[in-house]
Amino acid sequence: MSDTPSFHVPGLVPTGPKMITSRFDQADGHTFDGYVRTGGYEALKRALTALTPQQVTDEVKTAEIQGRGGAGFPAGTKWGFCPPGVFPRYLVINGDESEPGTYKDRLLMELDPHQLIEGILIACYAIGAAQAFLYVRGEMALAQERLAQALNDAYGHGMVGRNVLGTDWSVDITLTWGAGAYIVGEETALIESLEGNRGMPRLKPPFFPAAKGLYLQPTIVNNVETLSNLPWIVANGGQSFHDVGSATSTGMRMFAVSGHVNRPGVFEVPQGVTTFRQLFEAPEYCGGIRGGRQLKAFIPGGASAMWFFEEHLDVPLDKPTVDKAGSMLGSGAIVVMDETTDIVKACWRIVRFFARESCGKCTPCREGTTWLERILARMLEGHGRPDDLQLLLDVCDNISPGLAWPPRQTTICPLGPSAVSPIASAVKRFPHEFEAYVSGTATPQEPAHV
Amino acid sequence: MARLSDANVTLAREIIGRFPRPKSALIPLLHLAQEQDGYVTDEAMSHIAELVGVTPAEVYGTASFYEMFKFEPVGRYCINICTNISCQLDGAWELLHHAEEALGVKPGGTTADGLFTLEDVECIAACTEAPALQVNYRYRYKVSHADFDKLIDDLRSGRLGHEVPPHGTLARVRQHVAPERWAGTGTEAQAKVDAR
Repeated sequence: MSDTPSFHVPGLVPTGPKMITSRFDQADGHTFDGYVRTGGYEALKRALTALTPQQVTDEVKTAEIQGRGGAGFPAGTKWGFCPPGVFPRYLVINGDESEPGTYKDRLLMELDPHQLIEGILIACYAIGAAQAFLYVRGEMALAQERLAQALNDAYGHGMVGRNVLGTDWSVDITLTWGAGAYIVGEETALIESLEGNRGMPRLKPPFFPAAKGLYLQPTIVNNVETLSNLPWIVANGGQSFHDVGSATSTGMRMFAVSGHVNRPGVFEVPQGVTTFRQLFEAPEYCGGIRGGRQLKAFIPGGASAMWFFEEHLDVPLDKPTVDKAGSMLGSGAIVVMDETTDIVKACWRIVRFFARESCGKCTPCREGTTWLERILARMLEGHGRPDDLQLLLDVCDNISPGLAWPPRQTTICPLGPSAVSPIASAVKRFPHEFEAYVSGTATPQEPAHV
Repeated sequence: MARLSDANVTLAREIIGRFPRPKSALIPLLHLAQEQDGYVTDEAMSHIAELVGVTPAEVYGTASFYEMFKFEPVGRYCINICTNISCQLDGAWELLHHAEEALGVKPGGTTADGLFTLEDVECIAACTEAPALQVNYRYRYKVSHADFDKLIDDLRSGRLGHEVPPHGTLARVRQHVAPERWAGTGTEAQAKVDAR
């Protein structure tokens, strides 16, 4: 047992500078002194004294940084959706990392909180935000502690609050946190939560946050990793960022690789050029599948993503390429399953997650995910019925018609269709494993219920 | 003790002051109540309702949506074992079953001495460190069965008291802004909009 996590930031690829993990192995990287000593808050100074808000926005647009939260929407473009002249505007920081397999925002908040704060300040300056709300997942006590300390120090040193760095620009950052609800990672649900309500998503339109967000004012919701990149972009220029990675997926990005590999870890790698195979097999990264076994399947971008298989190993970590191959990079969560994996059980566990986390607002999701979980559970327990496989697919089709990718929605948010992804992937590829449970040739398991 | 103490009312007012609208402080205030009493009492929810200007039913309506809020006493230590996909692939169920035997309770149950509550939880963002657990939201990584037994021993004997505060306490550092440093730009601008 250990209380220190493993993260690996190898200098494997010469084109890959450490953009956001540079202080991870610095013992005092999370402190104000440690941050300032290593160039911290220089980008903010540059932004406030040498650049207009529009110029900062232009740098971020030039960088073409895609949002790191899941949807991968370009941050600079998103900023541009605020209706001109409508104030106050708010910035909301999504630190509610909870997509299964995702592990990187927590590290950024715990190990380099000032980098995030500097990124928040730069974003507030660029979009003209009156205030920022830093919403951290409730279960992350250490991240909350580190951010509270960092904010107190940053306020004390004149980086946040009234007259930032002695200029006439002022902004506040309010630290707040959730209390255990995956759905709050969806931006409109997060805004509901921030207004003190149950975290249920809002209908879009009309509630696109950039137009009608927090208190129905223009609101930009950005992910922790996205904002943590801003100091680097402002310090080095948007073009330098764009030069790293591929033209269609720029910059370095953090990926968490978990499951059946020799060395699971969080890696900062250049997007676009690195492939899944490199990540799994290179000794600098995961060092191969555990025990020399065969790969069975892998999840390329979080529990909501369609699964990939052996034939996808040479796909690069590039958004459009992964999209075209039929899945998504999502939140940088890669889960590797070797040949010993019980596919039905893996599928059931992911579906149980969505059934538990459905907020209950839309019927297809509330009822559908629960049905799916029950059907899979009874299969595992050895009580499957002959037509259960067809029933599974029927329920999936009612949640997300056609089981297509990208998924079609009968619901307000993508949570319901996300529960369909593992089933659609697994049933298509491994129908015999489901049939084995139904016919009684597989040994029954005892799943725990919702 | 169930209403917020005077010291906590002061903290609550400070928290409310950092939001343009008071109701936005609901979740942090519910955490404060849980920190005070170990769970969220009806009296605390009524008190919070007074502080933010909503009804107690609205407070409960929000609170009951979120899994971390407990409405009856739980163990001094909540042990949350992640069984989601990455941890499942690396022995989480075996660890959970071991925990059930070691503590003599099922997930959701509390030991008779009131020390431990066991939960089977969703992903806690420690996927590369499987199997992982949290005790009162403090992480333990790559937990073997022997590690688990030692953890229980250490908690029982109070050896981890400095590191693991009683259930309800999250961050032990709070945001605090000196009034002269607070810009107030968000609150002022929103007040103008709300006044229209």
